[in-house]
Amino acid sequence: MNKGISDILIVGGGPAGMAAAVAASVTSGSIVTVVDDNPLLGGQIWKASLGKIKSPEARRLIESISNGAVRIINNAQVFGSSRENSLLAETPGGAIEFEYKKLIIATGARERFLPFPGWTLPNVFGAGGLQALVKGGLSVENKRVVVAGTGALLLAVAEFLKAHGATVIAIVEQAPASKLNRFALSLWRSPAKLAQAAVLRSKLTGIRYLTNCWVTSAAGDDRLRSVTITRHGKDRKIECDLLACGFHLVPNTELAAVLGCRIDDGFVTVDEFQKTSRDNIYCAGEPSGIGGVAAALIEGKIAGLAATDRTSKARSFLRDREKIRRFGESLNITFALRDELKRIAGETTIVCRCENVEFGRLTEFDNFRDAKLQTRCGMGPCQGRICGAATEFLFGWKPGSVRPPIFPVKMENL
Amino acid sequence: MTFDVVIIGAGIVGAACAASLSSAGLRVVVIESTGIGSGTTSAGMGHIVVMDDSAAQFALTRYSQKLWDALEPDLPKLSEFEHCGTIWVAVDDEEMKEVRRKHGYYTERGIASEILDEQAIRAAEPNLREGLAGGLLVESDSVVYQLFATRFLIEKAKQHGAELKVGKRVVEINAQGVRLENGDFVTAKTVVNAAGFAAADLSPGLRIAKRKGHLVITERYPNFARHQLVELGYLKSAHGTETDSVAFNVQPRSTGQVLLGSSRQFGAVDSEIDYAILRRMTARAFEYMPKLRELSTTRVWTGNRPATPDNLPYIGRLPDHEHIYIAAGHEGLGITSSLGTGELIADAILGRESAIPLEPYSPSRSFNEH
Amino acid sequence: MITLTVNNTPVSVEDGSTVAAAVFAYGAVTFRRSIGGELRGPLCGMGVCFECRVTIDGVKLSRSCNVIAVKGMEVDMDE
Repeated sequence: MNKGISDILIVGGGPAGMAAAVAASVTSGSIVTVVDDNPLLGGQIWKASLGKIKSPEARRLIESISNGAVRIINNAQVFGSSRENSLLAETPGGAIEFEYKKLIIATGARERFLPFPGWTLPNVFGAGGLQALVKGGLSVENKRVVVAGTGALLLAVAEFLKAHGATVIAIVEQAPASKLNRFALSLWRSPAKLAQAAVLRSKLTGIRYLTNCWVTSAAGDDRLRSVTITRHGKDRKIECDLLACGFHLVPNTELAAVLGCRIDDGFVTVDEFQKTSRDNIYCAGEPSGIGGVAAALIEGKIAGLAATDRTSKARSFLRDREKIRRFGESLNITFALRDELKRIAGETTIVCRCENVEFGRLTEFDNFRDAKLQTRCGMGPCQGRICGAATEFLFGWKPGSVRPPIFPVKMENL
Repeated sequence: MTFDVVIIGAGIVGAACAASLSSAGLRVVVIESTGIGSGTTSAGMGHIVVMDDSAAQFALTRYSQKLWDALEPDLPKLSEFEHCGTIWVAVDDEEMKEVRRKHGYYTERGIASEILDEQAIRAAEPNLREGLAGGLLVESDSVVYQLFATRFLIEKAKQHGAELKVGKRVVEINAQGVRLENGDFVTAKTVVNAAGFAAADLSPGLRIAKRKGHLVITERYPNFARHQLVELGYLKSAHGTETDSVAFNVQPRSTGQVLLGSSRQFGAVDSEIDYAILRRMTARAFEYMPKLRELSTTRVWTGNRPATPDNLPYIGRLPDHEHIYIAAGHEGLGITSSLGTGELIADAILGRESAIPLEPYSPSRSFNEH
Repeated sequence: MITLTVNNTPVSVEDGSTVAAAVFAYGAVTFRRSIGGELRGPLCGMGVCFECRVTIDGVKLSRSCNVIAVKGMEVDMDE
């Protein structure tokens, strides 16, 4: 095992991690290392498209940290910690141990999937999931796609897919129009966002945006052939090639949890300077509260400054962070998941994909741990990431305790 | 309401006692502080094995194994009971002598076993490394997913009228029965302390120490291993007085996952993963089965075995107490010995003749000078 | 463009493509079978759901959505 010692170790090379790296390394003289499990920086929202980062903002940040001041280690998946102030990561070449004086956790978020009959068919993807796969080279040229679920992400995904040659038949948004209208009205306070929204709107002409609407089932043979949506009590079948369906983001708090950081209501608890309950561990971006790119950037900056003892400079960004947080919260309220989504799974609908555990088998339990021990739900390689998020919404179960390794790892690397 | 028997602990030993006692017609209540099988039981390997380290250990494990075989048809499929057998692995000629001794020992006692030479062991287990001297195959050993078996035993007990209280902690055994943490009393004529490594908290003087172990489970690799594989040095580890030791121990689960043990540590301060000994354990395993290195592992966990000074459990009446029985201290043989323990406890309480002598497991050993 | 093999068939993909893209380019939408034998393909695109697992250069259970395709790689999907 190789060892690396950093003053500031940052796990996650998305917007939060990169912003933290820039803030920590500029004039601070610290040894800053960014560790990321993907082949390239950018995280999920700025994921590279065929090796190229498209977002100008992302490119600027990457340039700032690629000047040698920051050590960047890709393809390294952090899976645990064998002693204080060090992390273990698996790389294609073996395991590496990273020692640190301060740690910034910027592990981002993943999509929430809610089960419905047929959701395990090939060609049913997450919304962000399909976008990520296309960025990785999957062709959607001339494919008929339904984009479903909830959130502003659906609009971004629809635009993206359309730009890549797909025919987006409809955007199926579970939130009611009334909530969306209220939210749209509130945007008048933010001209920049209004402009963004208008541009997005124009790009999406020709695509039906159906609110109060959700997918109740997907059908097909060896792959998806059609989805059924429901709206105002009426069902409709739409033939399609691909379904891109996701319901919000779930924070990746596993690393923070396994290091003993306090987690409240599913998020890592942080103080005004993004410091967790552990003295030398900070957390920025989605794991401390879902807020998108804007929140990730500013929180990363605050964490990077605070971790290098420049809290007075960090303080100057607190107000902006508040504004961004408030916007994030109004997004969450607007797109809150409706109760009907708890009832779209049938008795035989798979909830735990890894272990093939059906919805009907889970209803007799009242907590995740018992369900896990009795049905193996959550015992597969995804370690409950997919089914845990679903069962939390479906049944109100608190996810179980996190154990290392937080990702499957080759035995020789333990 | 007075029960005939109150059993403390719904681990596999308590559950087996409950099943045996209620099948015999007694009114039984089981009191479990956390969850069925949530203690040592859930951390174990589920290996049902006949051990030859002493006459008493052999008797108990052999008796229990027969009971498991008899139970097999009733066990639900989820218990994943498999007669996969054990192969005791020998690395050199010295260990092959031990293989032959073991073979003789088992043969004398009616247990079929087959000596495997270097070619035969590789044919039986292609993923073992080349150059091993051979081993001993014991076909009659099995594996079980013990959590479901424990639930099954509890259900069986309930079918015979037993009651189960989960989430209640016993804090005191007294003349009338037990007192719970919340102040309640449960009255019973007889108390069975099956509280595992916590048994000594309730029955002071019982010499039971926690012995921490690590386990690793992999993703699904069907047929990677076909039998439970144990190194002959296993007993050195289990019986050793060293504070820390490891031994090669691999189990194929019916899911195709590979379960790897074993490590032993006395005096561990917590249940956290101890990477130093975990790595010793995996390193040891790689010596026997190099291909294990490549397998993807999804979980690592620890558990505490309840260990006694002479490696035999306490089964029987607590000295100087007419109505208190102990069923605890099974170290790494709790799953195997649970069924035998259940029957022996029932025999003792009901005054029935037991299938094997009870005396070697007497709790009075704990109070004698050693 | 780079060329690799998927189930012994040569497949060409753009530089920077993932192995998952190569599998799709090969024409498959099924990457693996669930433990119940159902057909499964990628879901999350980010290495979390494990539905995209294939064998890459002999290493089983590799998540293909997170691995960049390299010239000459051998990808197999017979899990």
